[in-house]
Amino acid sequence: MNVSPAMSPSVSTRPRPAPPIAMLAELTHRCPLACPYCSNPVEMTAREGELTTEAWADIFAQAADLGVLQLHLSGGEPASRRDLADLVRAARDVDLYVNLITSGIGLTEARLRELDAAGVDHVQLSLQGVRAGIADMIGGYRGGFDRKMQVARAITEIGLPLTLNAVMHRHNLDDLPETIALARDLGARRIEVACVQFQGWALVNRSALQPTREQVAEAKRVVEQARRDLRGVMVIDFVPPDYYADYPKACMGGWGSTGLNVTPDGTVLPCHAAETIPGLTFQNATQTALAEIWYEGPAFNAFRGTDWMPEPCRSCDRREVDFGGCRCQAMAILGRADATDPVCRKSPDRPAVDALLSEEPTADFIYRRLEPVRGR
Amino acid sequence: MIPVLLRGVRMKDDRVRNVPVLLGPERALLLDAIGAAILARVDGARDLDGIVDDLAAAYDAPAEVIRSDVEAFLADLAEKRLLEMQA
Repeated sequence: MNVSPAMSPSVSTRPRPAPPIAMLAELTHRCPLACPYCSNPVEMTAREGELTTEAWADIFAQAADLGVLQLHLSGGEPASRRDLADLVRAARDVDLYVNLITSGIGLTEARLRELDAAGVDHVQLSLQGVRAGIADMIGGYRGGFDRKMQVARAITEIGLPLTLNAVMHRHNLDDLPETIALARDLGARRIEVACVQFQGWALVNRSALQPTREQVAEAKRVVEQARRDLRGVMVIDFVPPDYYADYPKACMGGWGSTGLNVTPDGTVLPCHAAETIPGLTFQNATQTALAEIWYEGPAFNAFRGTDWMPEPCRSCDRREVDFGGCRCQAMAILGRADATDPVCRKSPDRPAVDALLSEEPTADFIYRRLEPVRGR
Repeated sequence: MIPVLLRGVRMKDDRVRNVPVLLGPERALLLDAIGAAILARVDGARDLDGIVDDLAAAYDAPAEVIRSDVEAFLADLAEKRLLEMQA
């Protein structure tokens, strides 16, 4: 696509962004679980607002043309979509690598075989806890843990590569050694030890979920040991809780640089939490070409590159390492999306993060619930 | 020893970036010419010696130099759990 400078003067002055590598398709917000750290927005889309099979297939084809290599089918719970196998097939037809991100609830062995035949490349199974008690308490779904274990065994029996995505926080970080052992016993090729990032519902439940500094230090030690012990057996990826870090995470590898996110109704976002930033204009893939949204979309260009950066980022030698951190986090903590991520020790706003860390933890969760917009 | 790409790991010609890529769980590796030449010979049938000999002949290079490159490349993929050396 050629954009003449006369049509788009602001775009002509900056280098053309590289094509995206990955797309996260949030097929639905429906989910049998109610995890209090869900990354979905607090205001969710009801079933009536979801895209059709054909609309998704068209978006997948556009994504492949744009340069997307990896497609993550997520939700909500993607298995809540009855057309999931058709969606997998549509994605494979345009040669995307298909990663299914699931809680496992709603999948049976027969359904997994159907997805396997449709061409799913890899399954990422979430883990709420290492035992039924904690897992079902976090997921808000009795019997969920046992069902999940059955699904995990079926996945590896079929031969699909399995990643266990263990979401960790104050209530289960002490179970990390058992969690890694469970992943190995289940035959997982990878485990993601993902400490909760405070967006979406996790932000609502931040003080109940925030691990202690001691828990985090111990988790780092456990991960290092397990990486040595399991080298060549299982890959361990570790996402630490960033409030304790000295520098912010390189969120999304830089805004609008590697990935995009499509919500159940087709809204295209630079990241899953971008809708929390007021003033951004988001486009819908059913109305605007995906390539145009990626290259020209105002939301994607809002924080691309380094021009938007304030000090201390602008003159910092890490500006192309962590890209100023997370815009949604700056918004959530400071109310200013264009501020340096306050996790950064160089940020004048770092005391705001330290104040949050010194809060007393609350005991109760507010569980994620999808309240139907219209009765059904 | 026969190097074998694990299930869920596959090569693709990226027609947008005009490079070969190796796709696996949560990974997309853009391959350089050497990596692509090695992986083109990882077919589940050829063993390490066969791959090294073939590359040495194709690129007119000493087998011992090729061997260390191939071993390092395959060891890296094995550590990432994208490939296994099978007996």
